[in-house]
Amino acid sequence: MELLELRRQARAVIDDPALTYRQRVHRLAAIAENALEPPPVSAECAEALEKRVVCDLYEGNAPYRPRYVLPDYAVLLERGSSFLELAPARDLDEALAHLLIAYTQVPSITGYPVWLGDLDALLEPYAADVDDAELQRRLRLFWISLDRMLPDAFTHANLGPRDTRVGRTALRLERELLQVVPNLSLKVDPELTPDDLVRDAVETVFACGQPHFVNHPMMIAGLGPAYGVASCYNSLPAGGGSHTLVRLNLAEVALRHQGSRATFLDELLPHYVELTAELMQARILHLVEEARFFEHSWLVGDGLLSLDRYTAMFGVFGLAEAVARVLEHEGTPGSYGHDPAADQLAHEILERVAELVATRPMPYCEGSGGRALLHSQSGIDSDLGVTAGCRVPVGDEPALLEHLRTVTPNHALFPAGISDVLAFDETTRRNPEAVVDVIRGAFRTGMRDFTFNLDSNDFIRITGYLVRKSDLAKIERGARHDSTFLGAGSVAQSHVDRRAPKRVVADELDAGPAR
Amino acid sequence: MSSTPVRLADVVPFSWVDGPGNRFVVFTQGCPFDCLACHNPETIPPHPPGTRHQTVAGLLTEIRLAEPYLQGVTVSGGEATAQWRFVRDLFRAVRADPRLRRLTTYVDTNGHALPRVWDALLPVTDGFMVDLKALDPDVHRRLTGRGNGLVLDSIRYLHDRNRLAEVRLLLVPGHNDSADQLERTAAWLAALDPEVRVVVIGFRRHGVRLEFSGTPEATPELLARAREALEDAGLRNVVTV
Repeated sequence: MELLELRRQARAVIDDPALTYRQRVHRLAAIAENALEPPPVSAECAEALEKRVVCDLYEGNAPYRPRYVLPDYAVLLERGSSFLELAPARDLDEALAHLLIAYTQVPSITGYPVWLGDLDALLEPYAADVDDAELQRRLRLFWISLDRMLPDAFTHANLGPRDTRVGRTALRLERELLQVVPNLSLKVDPELTPDDLVRDAVETVFACGQPHFVNHPMMIAGLGPAYGVASCYNSLPAGGGSHTLVRLNLAEVALRHQGSRATFLDELLPHYVELTAELMQARILHLVEEARFFEHSWLVGDGLLSLDRYTAMFGVFGLAEAVARVLEHEGTPGSYGHDPAADQLAHEILERVAELVATRPMPYCEGSGGRALLHSQSGIDSDLGVTAGCRVPVGDEPALLEHLRTVTPNHALFPAGISDVLAFDETTRRNPEAVVDVIRGAFRTGMRDFTFNLDSNDFIRITGYLVRKSDLAKIERGARHDSTFLGAGSVAQSHVDRRAPKRVVADELDAGPAR
Repeated sequence: MSSTPVRLADVVPFSWVDGPGNRFVVFTQGCPFDCLACHNPETIPPHPPGTRHQTVAGLLTEIRLAEPYLQGVTVSGGEATAQWRFVRDLFRAVRADPRLRRLTTYVDTNGHALPRVWDALLPVTDGFMVDLKALDPDVHRRLTGRGNGLVLDSIRYLHDRNRLAEVRLLLVPGHNDSADQLERTAAWLAALDPEVRVVVIGFRRHGVRLEFSGTPEATPELLARAREALEDAGLRNVVTV
């Protein structure tokens, strides 16, 4: 970057009246990072990146912290931390204080931790001798602290699969406080999660759009028993995480397609999958060998994180457009979500990508057998005319049963998360039990994770995170939550606020200086 | 044994307003009542041109696709009991199918059927949701074209056999919403069973025939007043929608 350009960007940040102090500091750091040259890749890979066929999601030019960090907070509570000078937690107050202290010291792309842990499992042992009113009071302060101290909607807490007092209290607080933070997922296991808890969670969605629902046995089968759902519904090994998330734009790949389906599957896809993997590899090597994150982080030193629990995320998006393009070439137009032939091709494409990713060795990915994990990436605010992840295009979704039957077969291929969004209409409110039935059915048939939307609360889902409509209305004057800026970008670009029934297009995290 | 096909108005794989949980709903064609406030008047005539016929086997195929997500199957109308042999055969088949037998079976009915019809359905039906359009026979006749003797008998009959899932009251302003009528309806239901689930539905113009589209819609205040009257009479399980 030229010095003049660097100065211009820094000046723009410093003079922006809508930014808080911390938002300025974070953006200035990103500008400095991006003044460096990115990790070296081949000319072909650089061109794919330049043309946005492959996209690094603006993680920054010189990776010095992993994209997703999922510390094992149980280690902190049980053993304390020498770096933080904390002894093991002895009671609920200490446990809550330890967690808040640790959260402020967890690195990430956004500047705020993307995973807060399995809060119910972590805290329940400390809650045994605290009565209900006192538990509610202390968790309420903790919950408020999360939103005020970590003002970023990618900050994600997990609950379930067991029914606990802490979990129930957390859901009640969600309904009561209507906060942007934390983003929330409920792990659901047919053996361990009672209907009544799922129903409680459904009623919480009615109030505030949270939680996201996760198929616990399916996640365990892919990631092992210790896993977390972080940020925009990224499922990863806990005690580890993901070095990077690079995504392949299947729609752009299909634009370069000529000829038969076989050419697409056997020549074009392998070529671009390899270019994506090359970029991932370059970024991982920089993080581990150049920036040496795992050699100096206190999280590693104190046993909350280990390199051998790490993986990398291979993201895809634009499936719907790719399917349409390949079918057009075959002279039999059809659209994903509406034609069985299109759904079949969609599955073939994803199976091929999954196979390619599963056979491509990736350095420092012992957390997933030395390979990257496939993830259906839910978009960023600059995506225009391309559908997030493997979703059916917004506004074009078939009726709910057909929608479920279209997307479900693809879920098995995405151990790092796929996060479909289902739009439910207002009659849901009168029959939360029906939503429980749909959730149970979705998991019974092999859906990995999903979220549902209702238009009638103050929250608008920018797919992987929530912003408040009332905050968007005041965006010119700034926003306390960094993510609200990204949400505003999506609303302006894609009119996500005008859709009915509300189904919001893609967005993910953009930590670059632009908002 | 061959099963009875159905004259079908529509099928909905997922419904959240026709009984407990998420339900597959079969709407039969044809109803012996001719309700002025009917919001699906096209389902009243028994044999309109172009009526779709469907077999039990055909419906089972459709139900199997939706099964993982369902709590049950509901037959509504039209009037389900006007084709009770079909309802019996469908539910019998659902209960005989290893994958479908976990589903509950419900009938949404106007209650205008003889005990022998209920006797045929009771062994295969988990619950009946019965409309009570009006307690006063004259008002009932004005609203539906028929008296309500059979309806009241049916409600008692099904309740006695533990299969009355709910009684539905459609409040039509100017017809069945006077304080006096609400009070008497509440007393009758409370005498039947204070625990009976009563669903109060406010009249809306959506879908009704032209000649009835001038009737005012039920206001939230009317629904609140009805709820109060029902609860004052001792009913403990009142829902308004």
